[in-house]
Amino acid sequence: MDLRIDALTHRYGETEVLNDINLDIPDGQIVCIVGPSGCGKSTLLRFIGGLERPTSGQVLQLSEPNPDSLNPFTFVFQDFALLPWRSAANNVRLVLEDHGLEKKEIDKIVSDVLARTKLSDFADALPKNLSGGMKQRVAIARALAVRPAVWLMDEPLSALDAQTRELLMDDLIGLWTRQPFTAVYVTHNLSEAVRLGHKIVVLSRRPGQIRKVIDIEIPIEQRQAGDPELTRIEKQLWHLMKNEAVAADQELLK
Amino acid sequence: MIRPVPFRGGGFRPKRIRGVGALVFVCLILFAEWGTRAGWISNLTLPRPSDVARTLFDLAASGLLWTHLSLSLARLGIGAFLGAGAGIVVGLMIGLSSVMRSGLIPLVAALFPIPKIALLPLFVIWFGIDETSKYALIAFGTFTPTVVSTYGAVDNVDRSLIRMAQSFGISTKSIIRKIVLPGAMPGILSGLRVSLAIAIILLTAAEMIGAEYGVGAYILEAGSLYDLERLFAGVTILSMLGVALSICLSLIEARVLGWRV
Ligand SMILES: Nc1ncnc2c1ncn2[C@@H]1O[C@H](COP(=O)(O)OP(=O)(O)O)[C@@H](O)[C@H]1O
Ligand SMILES: [Mg+2]
Repeated sequence: MDLRIDALTHRYGETEVLNDINLDIPDGQIVCIVGPSGCGKSTLLRFIGGLERPTSGQVLQLSEPNPDSLNPFTFVFQDFALLPWRSAANNVRLVLEDHGLEKKEIDKIVSDVLARTKLSDFADALPKNLSGGMKQRVAIARALAVRPAVWLMDEPLSALDAQTRELLMDDLIGLWTRQPFTAVYVTHNLSEAVRLGHKIVVLSRRPGQIRKVIDIEIPIEQRQAGDPELTRIEKQLWHLMKNEAVAADQELLK
Repeated sequence: MIRPVPFRGGGFRPKRIRGVGALVFVCLILFAEWGTRAGWISNLTLPRPSDVARTLFDLAASGLLWTHLSLSLARLGIGAFLGAGAGIVVGLMIGLSSVMRSGLIPLVAALFPIPKIALLPLFVIWFGIDETSKYALIAFGTFTPTVVSTYGAVDNVDRSLIRMAQSFGISTKSIIRKIVLPGAMPGILSGLRVSLAIAIILLTAAEMIGAEYGVGAYILEAGSLYDLERLFAGVTILSMLGVALSICLSLIEARVLGWRV
């Protein structure tokens, strides 16, 4: 589904958090948003997902979501947000129960998405018995189950260690290559951004403004760690962000 | 000199050690038995535990124990069920609705500190001298603490889970049933511990209202006659009731809250 963010500005009380954001999110692409912490990335994502209303401006759907999507705007959260009293399979089931599907249909979707996230053996495990990486895979399975039109991912890998992060990134790339999806992917990790993003949006420190949009032409499935072009882009991103990050850090001190 | 680094960790992690609780009881009772037999605890200070045990045994043998106990259990059960049930419902409403919160929290704060025993005459006028007034007293006494612990428990439900549910378009009804209720369960159950203990305390008070039978009536009668053995026998029954309820709650917690880390 194509989205357009149109002149979006937001204030929390006196503080301006986002300033005049204009951005197109094309169908079937992953748009990565990077920026120093506190610049309004999560806030922007909540506007896209319709969880909050901006002070001015709007987020527009340019096309209709696929009618078989149960929840067109679907979040994946940094803290996984799994119900600790439900098993992996039942956490997935939670988001299907309100749609009037038949039990057989639900069971089919659940086992399908658990298989796609390599969790079939852990269907009955409670979250407390799962590692961080598995918990996030359950959350990804839960998102897959509702067939999103747009994935809204808020630092989905930031709570994981470096090795798990690599593995999950490969999983995400695998999921995308098999069936391209539209995603807005917030991260503060630049190497994640250059691995996953078709488009990388750099935000300035608060109030968040778009400083630069970088398109990466290399197809996602062909990107290798250490690719000179990607390294160059990552350096460029870091250069753009460094001063912002330093300044943002100083501001927090005041 | 080569030696292992000094260990400074450990502690602050409550573990259940089997049998220690029982051991504390046994030691205390043995101590009292020894003191009363040796004579440095006079019979007027404390009755001999073995005499209390015999009194209890006689009571059981005469069949009167069951009369007292069954009546008391019925009062406790019905009163606590009504009070705690209503308390959980009102607590959930306060936790879920801003209107209820603004409207009811001051009322609950006003009701909480009222010594329910002081309202005894009022309950007799409202509900008559029979069982209903006893249920009402126990119910009223368990109601307020249950309300407070329940809305506290609802307030403590992880907001990020609710935000997640909303982002998946899950209906409010489902959010309450599948997220708020289970999430509040630990707090509700630990609140019930307090409420049920209060219910046992109020049982004695309730049985001051013209009750012929009941553990509370038995204790009051013994007390007015300064019959310490029977007084202690009655108190022992109440304590055992408390322990039994606490064990029940622990079993329920183990079953319902197995998901906790
Ligand atoms: N609900 C809110 N009320 C008031 N201020 C908020 C709220 N949510 C976020 N903020 C503020 O908005 C700014 C941006 O927050 P956020 O979008 O979470 O940043 P990021 O995700 O980029 O780190 C921060 O300064 C934060 O304190
Ligand atoms: Mg954030």
